[in-house]
Amino acid sequence: MPRARVLPLLAAGIAAAVAAATASGAPAASCAKSSLNLVSSGTLTIGTDNPAYPPWYAGGSPKGSKWKINDPSTGKGFESAIAYAVAKQLGFTKSEVAWTYVPFNRSFAPGKKSFDFDINQISYTPARAKVVTFSSSYYDVNQAVVVLKGTKIAAVRSVAGLRPFKLGAQLGTTSYDFIKTRIRPSQQPAVFPQNAGAVQALKNHQIDGLVVDLPTSFYVTAVQVPNSKVLGQFETSRGGEHFGMVFSKGNPLAACVDQALAKLRANGTLKTIQRVWLAKATGAPVLK
Amino acid sequence: MASEGDRRAGLEVEPRRSRVIAALNPGGGSRGVAIALVSTAVFLLAVVFAITHAPGWHEVKRTFFDWAYFKASLPEISRAFLLNVKIFSIAECFILAFALFLAVLRSLPGPVFFPLRALAIVYADFFRGVPTILVIAILGFGAPGLQMSGVPTSTTFWGIVALVLVYSAYVSEVYRAGIESVHPSQEAAARSLGLTRGQTLRKVILPQAVRRVIPPLLNDFIGLQKDTALVGTLGAVEAFQQSSIDTNATFNYTAYLAAALLFVAITIPLARFTDWLIARDRRRRQAAGVAG
Repeated sequence: MPRARVLPLLAAGIAAAVAAATASGAPAASCAKSSLNLVSSGTLTIGTDNPAYPPWYAGGSPKGSKWKINDPSTGKGFESAIAYAVAKQLGFTKSEVAWTYVPFNRSFAPGKKSFDFDINQISYTPARAKVVTFSSSYYDVNQAVVVLKGTKIAAVRSVAGLRPFKLGAQLGTTSYDFIKTRIRPSQQPAVFPQNAGAVQALKNHQIDGLVVDLPTSFYVTAVQVPNSKVLGQFETSRGGEHFGMVFSKGNPLAACVDQALAKLRANGTLKTIQRVWLAKATGAPVLK
Repeated sequence: MASEGDRRAGLEVEPRRSRVIAALNPGGGSRGVAIALVSTAVFLLAVVFAITHAPGWHEVKRTFFDWAYFKASLPEISRAFLLNVKIFSIAECFILAFALFLAVLRSLPGPVFFPLRALAIVYADFFRGVPTILVIAILGFGAPGLQMSGVPTSTTFWGIVALVLVYSAYVSEVYRAGIESVHPSQEAAARSLGLTRGQTLRKVILPQAVRRVIPPLLNDFIGLQKDTALVGTLGAVEAFQQSSIDTNATFNYTAYLAAALLFVAITIPLARFTDWLIARDRRRRQAAGVAG
């Protein structure tokens, strides 16, 4: 009797696997530009947060632009370059790409999405993937900790050494999870809704160390917090952490973007873009 | 507030039941109760039907009402909620004292005290005008930014300071309304008995004024409890911030619901307590035969 129950389950499982396989390797026809179901037809609408921080976005913001720090439509900066490369693969010209402001916490809000996909340093997690659909990885990310030079924490050389200090992270980042589960500090870590708040708290000595992703850590030390340094990066956790573009749950466009990403990975474009925009984001000592 | 003032016997026919009870009573005896029950049931059914048949209901149900997420997030949010309790308990003590001081300043008579009165007015105008979240952000990030020795960097500390500054402005207005509601004849009588101005204020005016404004004071206290969530913007992990962490980690909003329930769990008893105080006050005044 139990077997009879298992069989249909197995069959369903196989059907699901087949469906998944065909979804990820969807026939090219369904990815033709004209057959895509877009938020605004004929235009690829891409969301990201404002301000758009380096090194993810670069090239500044022209006068009259509603974007602060950087305007994503310049095509400069890591994520902007990735987005335009993907758009090109899907058959969109530069002028057929529109950027829209999507605060992080709107990217996963239920209801109709205002974007076709959102590209905003959002890490894939299985829990998140229950609510939205993620593209495959466009960047494998490591976490790093930024400290002020000359403070006590600046002499630390190990993960365990970080435990007694007051650490902080930005809300919605996996950096906070990382602090709680991997560093396990003795003090409650601080969490800031905005990058600006986190940076100010570090400047004010309200926190001893700020945990951010590695590329961001270099921007923080170079521009945002004078007299600070990247204390080190952490070894990637098992399975690693990666950024993915966010789609409304089940959006078939995700499969097309995955195809585009696979092509960009195969022909080396992804590597090149990474070399151009994230060149600095490698040379930090690893804390063990 | 003005309606609380200058209430003399006979001016108002007091209903026998308190207004709270009256508001909840359907009226019309047992038939009235039956009609009220049926109409309430029909109304609730209509609302539930409309919501559960909305096109996005399944998505909302999955992302807002997930029991597993609720259970998983509640313990940590409850622990974080202790910080909210700490913040509003400490803040309320300072608010009650500081606001009373401001209100007394503002009710000082005579041209000599004009600068103090003006100061109190400017203070109340300013801090009622600036959004609380801005006061918290400016103090919480600005004051420690001075990096002066002896200036605390604790976010909880500056969050409490900001809430005390803002809420004292509101509460001082409540006190002032109470003070002004005490009939001038009371002061005249007290002075004619030989009490000094200070004694009159302390022993005659304030006891009556404060008693009258207890309900609005509690109202502001409830507001304060909710606004402790704003301290989270400074990096302090209180209930709202903790639920945001959970929500952002899972993209599921159920944790917000858990935080909301915790806030409601303490504000509702307080609201009922306020109602009870009002009712008791009304009863007492009726029993005494004279109004306040």
